[in-house]
Amino acid sequence: MLEFKVNSQSQSVDVDPTTPLLWVLRDNLGLTGTKFGCGMAQCGACTVHMDGMPMRSCSLPVSVVAGKQITTIEGLQSKTAQAVQKAWVDLDVVQCGYCQSGQIMSAVALLESKPKPSDEDIDQAMGGNICRCATYVRIRAAIHAAAAQLSA
Amino acid sequence: MRMIDPATAAAIFAADDSATAGLSRRDFLKNTAAVGLVFGLQLAANKKAAAADVGEVAPGAFAPNAFVRIAPDNVVTLVIKHHEMGQGATTGLATILAEELDAELAAVNIEYAPANAALYKNLAFGSQGTGGSTAIANSFEQMRQAGATARSMLVSAAAQRWKVPASSIGVSNGVLRSGAHRATFGELAVAASQQPVPQSVTLKDPSQFKLIGKQQTRRVDSLAKCTGKATYTIDVKLPGLLTAVIERPPAFGAKLISFDARAAKAIKGVTDVVQVAEGVAVVATGMWPAIQGRRALKVQWDGGASGLNTAALYQDYRQRAAGAGGATVTRDPQTAAALASAASRVEAVYEFPYLAHAPMEPLNCVAWLHDGMLETWGAHQFPAFDHALAAKAAGLPMDKVKLHSLISGGSFGRRANAASDFVVEAVNVAKAIGRPVPVRVQRTREDDMRAGWYRPLYVHAVKAGLDAQGDVVGWQHAIVGQSIMAATPMAAGIKDGNDSSSTEGVWPTPYKIPAMTAELHSPTQAVPPLWWRSVGHTHTAFVMETMLDELAHAARQDPVAFRLKLLKDQPRLAGVIRMAADKAGWSSPMPAGKARGFASHYSFDTYVAQVAEVSLKPDGSVRVERVVVAVDCGVSVNPDQIVAQMEGGVGFALAAALYGQIDIAKGTVTQSNFHDYRVLRIDEMPKVDVHIVNSTQAPTGVGEPGVPPLAPAVANAIASLTGHRVRRLPLAGQTFTRA
Repeated sequence: MLEFKVNSQSQSVDVDPTTPLLWVLRDNLGLTGTKFGCGMAQCGACTVHMDGMPMRSCSLPVSVVAGKQITTIEGLQSKTAQAVQKAWVDLDVVQCGYCQSGQIMSAVALLESKPKPSDEDIDQAMGGNICRCATYVRIRAAIHAAAAQLSA
Repeated sequence: MRMIDPATAAAIFAADDSATAGLSRRDFLKNTAAVGLVFGLQLAANKKAAAADVGEVAPGAFAPNAFVRIAPDNVVTLVIKHHEMGQGATTGLATILAEELDAELAAVNIEYAPANAALYKNLAFGSQGTGGSTAIANSFEQMRQAGATARSMLVSAAAQRWKVPASSIGVSNGVLRSGAHRATFGELAVAASQQPVPQSVTLKDPSQFKLIGKQQTRRVDSLAKCTGKATYTIDVKLPGLLTAVIERPPAFGAKLISFDARAAKAIKGVTDVVQVAEGVAVVATGMWPAIQGRRALKVQWDGGASGLNTAALYQDYRQRAAGAGGATVTRDPQTAAALASAASRVEAVYEFPYLAHAPMEPLNCVAWLHDGMLETWGAHQFPAFDHALAAKAAGLPMDKVKLHSLISGGSFGRRANAASDFVVEAVNVAKAIGRPVPVRVQRTREDDMRAGWYRPLYVHAVKAGLDAQGDVVGWQHAIVGQSIMAATPMAAGIKDGNDSSSTEGVWPTPYKIPAMTAELHSPTQAVPPLWWRSVGHTHTAFVMETMLDELAHAARQDPVAFRLKLLKDQPRLAGVIRMAADKAGWSSPMPAGKARGFASHYSFDTYVAQVAEVSLKPDGSVRVERVVVAVDCGVSVNPDQIVAQMEGGVGFALAAALYGQIDIAKGTVTQSNFHDYRVLRIDEMPKVDVHIVNSTQAPTGVGEPGVPPLAPAVANAIASLTGHRVRRLPLAGQTFTRA
């Protein structure tokens, strides 16, 4: 049995310890907001927070997660997260939307560590999240908008 | 996959003046609208039968047509007949319905239409499906009629109840009012459903629009997609749902010789290992055991198309382009003489690779065979294909097959597949399991990337001539590439070997080019081809727009002025060209180390011009800093979504221009995932400034038309900066130095 917290709730799962966290979240815990895109930490669709840090859950064996706090898109609650989600909706960032859980998780982690990110900071923090619809113009604008809202 | 047939398009381009061109378009659109009206009336006349076909309609609900349902509890449901893959069709159709209905857009409930061609066909195709940037264009009048009909019946019901003239009743945000009277749609639902269906309804004058054309009209799906609540095929939950991955042929055309499932079956969670037409499926209680089971499989294949190499295809296609025997696309007997006597000539050969769509959600579908029927859950972009082929695979009549259509995590053409490959494989696995359990076949990124259905590899060869004044006098063009339409139900549209999806954008052309001849060679390959966002225009626009740019330079003329000279009877294309040039400051100088490039293109009834501003990175690779876009798509239904599609079109096209390339060696695809099939990332996304032409013409599509001009605009900027003409894509691996 592996024990960890997901969105503040204790979970224990009985799975092969090499199972990537992504599939434990999706197949065992029914949390499907976190998406599968590449399986090799290339696209960021599966981004979650582990103890507040953005991690690619498709390449994170669940054994590594034991005892940790995991936050998924379903568990976002912080003031920063709310500002990010509001900015995303206000600017109609999404198109197909499939990558956006991961984009938002990366953006929230960025703003929690850097409340006023520069464009270069955004490039660095968001460079691991692919959007095939290329909503990047609006992702950038929404991060700046959320930062402005949080500092207002 | 196109709204107008090539003959009609040719007629438009051949028109001698803009008035005639406009009339042709309007006539066509009027006919389309008429279809919608007649269809709406037939539907209304047969209301009960229709209601039975539109899915679940609550008792007491008002369902005046296939698109609007109002329940007594005031839930307003709009039924969307088009697939939502991010392009915003849901918001567009809901906006149009809500506008004429005067419903509150933010409060409506959205449902996707079941497979039912009679009710939900695409009026541009005559069958049910989404593609060719037709969603808004074919639905605009139909959705307006549907919304206005429902509104009219609600108003009649209120007039009767309140004993007031209908003309005294105002409707706004789902509430009817007259004097002191007030009622919600829901309160009038039962009474409205007893009203006669009006024979005709008055549509709003555009000046009365509250939603259409308004910047503040927002997407209806943003919140669900920002909170992880939107349901894609990968998220479908059903009791006992199993997950399958398929071990697929390592080379195109390879056949299974044998497999050993013992080690796979020993993996905890693996329930079945079954042979299907697509390969060997490993079925499990979740994705990870399925993947592990597949790794443990021992499979032997034969060699398949082991002689297939893309490097050799370029050689072969270049030879074909230089040779005879192509199908005639257009022929002017004067071409050879015009070129022979030209004062100067430009000749070039262009190469374009296979391209994968690589939508973010790898392909998948859920199939459940139970109780003598089949249910599927999937991104059914083309129910016309998927319904029939799922039924065939299951061995069931179509009325025993129920499709649940879900949004998709991107498509770019991939999920509109005349072989319904991703649906049929799920049905095949469900059938092979032999138990009445639902199963999702989920592709990994590698499965998706290597399975073919690419934008085909193309080679073009062009010779063009100028006279002493710098005017174009002749144009000889050869195109070589697989036919996309040949293996589809649209093959009947291929006349004398001329597949217009290979040639659209070269011919017909809006440019007045004298003495033009074009030929098409369509070799077959073991790689299945497919349309890819903007189809033939992905390569034809590049060739036309870079060659015109090269000719303008040869003639020592400004590339914008050079184009306009050839577009004297094309006011809308000329209009976006002038607008883009003006907004980009085309005639002003650029700072040292930067250059602009221009391209414009007409596709899917929409006109787009783009100015790309590029610089070189220290390593000699290209950086696109800004793209200015001008677009004329008729009436703007959702202006911000038009902007979004232009931004996205630029980014999607730039990904392909910079990196997009599928190579095949010995029949096997070289690339497999995003590390070797690179796509655009945020640090490479240029600024995009979009300008929309204010128009009262019928609305046309925007999903695809933003794509074609980008690569040629970038290539023309590179030529301006470096003097080097780009003749093959992608740009990756090509380095440039400033002139």
